[in-house]
Amino acid sequence: MSPPVVSVSRLSKHFDSVIAVDDVSFEVAAHSTTALLGGNGAGKTTTLSMLLGLLLPTSGSISVFGVDMLRERYRALPRLNFSSPYVDLPRRLTVRENLTVYARLYGIIDISARIRALSEELQIGRFLNRPYGQLSAGEKTRVVLAKALLNEPELMLLDEPTASLDPDTADYVRGMLEAYRRRTGTTILLASHNMSEVERLCDDVVMLRAGKLVDRGTPAQLLTRYGRQNMEEVFIDIARQRHLELAPSGKPAAKP
Amino acid sequence: MSELARGHTGFVPSLRRINALVYRHVYLLRSSGPRILELVYWPTVQMILWGFITVFLIGHSSWIAQASGVLLSGVLLWDVLFRGQLGVSLVFMEEMWSRNLGHLFVSPLRPFELGCALIVMSLIRTLIGVGGAALIAIPLFHYSIFNMGLPLLAFFLNLIIMGWSIGLLVSGIVLRYGLGAESMAWIAIFAVQPISGVYYPISTLPTWLQYLAALLPSSHVFEGMRAVLFDHSFRVDLLLHAVLLNALYLTAGFVSFLTFFRIARVRGQLLHVGE
Repeated sequence: MSPPVVSVSRLSKHFDSVIAVDDVSFEVAAHSTTALLGGNGAGKTTTLSMLLGLLLPTSGSISVFGVDMLRERYRALPRLNFSSPYVDLPRRLTVRENLTVYARLYGIIDISARIRALSEELQIGRFLNRPYGQLSAGEKTRVVLAKALLNEPELMLLDEPTASLDPDTADYVRGMLEAYRRRTGTTILLASHNMSEVERLCDDVVMLRAGKLVDRGTPAQLLTRYGRQNMEEVFIDIARQRHLELAPSGKPAAKP
Repeated sequence: MSELARGHTGFVPSLRRINALVYRHVYLLRSSGPRILELVYWPTVQMILWGFITVFLIGHSSWIAQASGVLLSGVLLWDVLFRGQLGVSLVFMEEMWSRNLGHLFVSPLRPFELGCALIVMSLIRTLIGVGGAALIAIPLFHYSIFNMGLPLLAFFLNLIIMGWSIGLLVSGIVLRYGLGAESMAWIAIFAVQPISGVYYPISTLPTWLQYLAALLPSSHVFEGMRAVLFDHSFRVDLLLHAVLLNALYLTAGFVSFLTFFRIARVRGQLLHVGE
């Protein structure tokens, strides 16, 4: 069995008196898609930021591809990529210019061929020469995903990959991610509020509330454990702390 | 590692990443005529203003009459310092305005390489801006700063390096305190102008300020500039002072930038900056 791609141990982040992430440990298996779930302020983005090295933890350790991200993140960074609605690309540069800059940063050998391949895969060819800032939200999402795929990453960290997208575009993005993972065997860790997305894409779910890891399992395991029909109901149970009264007995079905 | 990409460690990949970031800002510059015009605009306006002041003072000041280019040289070289600093700070803030820092620092780009790219862009912007103004001065006031010869290169390098050092410090402060501190980029350098002796000899200053002036590379450069223009001599001692001070300044500039970068990583400011 392959070693985990991501290994997080006793991770905490405090901002002065605010505890954003509190003693969280989990692993992400190779070739899996894992969801970090939780309501607003649960600590998803903070956890992802620490995994990426954009944020230094208060305590704990993070290993990606066996590399200690607190000491040697530059060994791991060329093998991963990410997208987030909180981070943009330069608005005045065209899509092609943006992708060219990042292709150079990632040391891509044949930049034109890579951009051509991605523009076909993500259907961004018709706006390659338009400034990024003039694109619609859906078009921007595709471009940011193209940027996230430039280096054909072995690990993708996606923060709310379908946030603010219409259902059609969101479905397209999910289909693209599924196909990409099937084709390349990449590992995906995504933070999401969208439960249908999690059910469709994810093999494993890590549930966070108020910075703590409160439950984890496959979507099927969580549905059984909570006696629910869908992940949205499980999410609400956990967000409203109904799981606390259930967990010790192990009996299913939190009641509304 | 993906077969799509080259290696990521070592000197050449580092240069490649610096080059990538320079491309990003060259794309930005070449897509906007007003941006290029803006680079030349203020140095030219300043040059014209001081050119006419010189024309007026030549008939009223024996000091100016001895070396008519002293004010024009002063204003152009001051702009090298100012534009050098502004180039670093503005190019960095461009990344903050476009909320791009998160993507940059998840790529293999190192903060030191970002600093180097800022310096390269500052050089390009300064050459366009001040170089343009210096060329316009030739037909307009029959004065060419290029007649100074090789000393001009020494003055230029020392002033722009001092500008980079302050620019890196200001960029770090803006990263640490957010875009609320961005006005620092425009005003910080003017704190050193009165004691740099741009338009008058350092001996004009009170004694205690002269000690302070001696700590600035710029004051040695402007004294050196006047030695060339008035005495036709190149003061190696002043150059050495400026070079040694600049070595300290540039080191301090990079250290402060990297320190503020680390603080930004502790406080989570790389992901949540922008307009």
